[in-house]
Amino acid sequence: MIEVRDVTKKFGNQTVLQGVSLDIRRGEAVVIIGRSGGGKSILLKHLIGLLQPDSGTIRVDGEDITTMNERSLLRVRRKYGMLFQMAALFDSLTVEENVGFVLRRQGVESETEIRRRIDEALDMVELPGIGNKMPSELSGGMRKRVGLARAIVYRPEIVLYDEPTTGLDPIAADNIDRLIRRVWETLHVTSIAVTHDMKSARTISNRILMLHEGRIYSEGPTSEILESTDPVIYRFVNGISTPQKSE
Amino acid sequence: MPVHLIHQRFRSFITQLGEVSQLLMESIASFHHQRPSWKDFLYQLHFIGVKSQSVVITTGAATGMVLCAQTFLQFHKVKMDTATGAVVSIGMSSELGPVLAALMLTGRVGASMTAELGTMKVTEQIDALRTLAAHPVDTLVMPRFLALLASAPLLTAESVVVGIVSSWWVGVNLLGIDSAYYLVNMTRYTDPPDVLTGLIKSFVFGAIIAVVSCHKGLTCQGGAEGVGKATTEAVVAASISILIVNFFLTLFLSRVFYS
Repeated sequence: MIEVRDVTKKFGNQTVLQGVSLDIRRGEAVVIIGRSGGGKSILLKHLIGLLQPDSGTIRVDGEDITTMNERSLLRVRRKYGMLFQMAALFDSLTVEENVGFVLRRQGVESETEIRRRIDEALDMVELPGIGNKMPSELSGGMRKRVGLARAIVYRPEIVLYDEPTTGLDPIAADNIDRLIRRVWETLHVTSIAVTHDMKSARTISNRILMLHEGRIYSEGPTSEILESTDPVIYRFVNGISTPQKSE
Repeated sequence: MPVHLIHQRFRSFITQLGEVSQLLMESIASFHHQRPSWKDFLYQLHFIGVKSQSVVITTGAATGMVLCAQTFLQFHKVKMDTATGAVVSIGMSSELGPVLAALMLTGRVGASMTAELGTMKVTEQIDALRTLAAHPVDTLVMPRFLALLASAPLLTAESVVVGIVSSWWVGVNLLGIDSAYYLVNMTRYTDPPDVLTGLIKSFVFGAIIAVVSCHKGLTCQGGAEGVGKATTEAVVAASISILIVNFFLTLFLSRVFYS
């Protein structure tokens, strides 16, 4: 479904991605892990065409999105939903208007149908009846759940999650993880998340890719990666800042 | 200033000029791709047009009164008191009205647009818009662009009328000019092209404010500091552009209307 080949990206003199290649198949739940500032979010933004690589190709269902202009990308992006790190809700719109934004832009004519789908999405993220609230009235966890409702209301094929549990308390983070898992299972979407939260990675993925020094260092089934004895992966997964003497 | 710094700034200026021109073209092309949202357009029309009235009315009134007093003080020396109305009318209609209204709109509306779009940029709301298959130019720029094109000439006309009426009141009631002569000379020497010149200028200035302000907002970098910097740059760039373009428009339109 998504094929990334030899993607490089520089910002000034800093090379963030240096030859990233990966494949994501339809219906997978993939998590990309790696150090903070290691380019995970940059890579995620490349997958939806928010950023263009300096070189390399990204194919979505066979179409190379690196050669497309912004207008052509709009068509491809209809396949995607994305939950941002800080939710990125439109702060001048109510929750209901945020969630229904795409439906109204796509010209769904029946207001009853729009409201039904908004309610359905808000029910799915366990936030019924908050449609009239403004984003500023919501907690961090609620904002993320509304962001998730906005990302899934139009039934995309692929859902991207940028650090979905960052900044949340453990219970709110677990709640988001369960929702991500439920969205993947019930809507049969392809789920791609970037995170450095290992508990979250264990819950929401069936495959993990590790980004290290601008490249995909390792990939494999979730349990295999989390139990890996490779020093780089082991230190990251277990949060060990310096190599242990026994290594 | 070192040569490489001059080269760098010149290059940055040319790059930004190119980006602003591209945004202008994209805004115009946007009409073909997306039907304008009436709700957004009316909201912007209210914010830009209705809410800017007090600013442009005050500016017009103050300018008309001062211009009347200054003109009268000079003309009185050569016994041409009654020509004051004509000078004020032509000056307000073709130059001061459109330029001052545009500068006030830059401060009130342009700064607000840049700050709003800049905040959306740094909080990833514009990226969110793009992921929802909405083009930022269609959704954010076009309603503002259209509303400014519609509002700027109307606000300028309002400012000019208020300025002329204020100058008449000052001239007749405070400076002792005969009302009939004031009005006759004003209408005799003010031609339709003077009024048209002002309206055409205000239309162009409206486009400049919209495109420059939106461009600065959409390309804003960093956090709160970046938004503040972009807002300042937008006001400075739009104001200077208006003053420079005004000069060339004056030359161009005078050739069109009076050659």
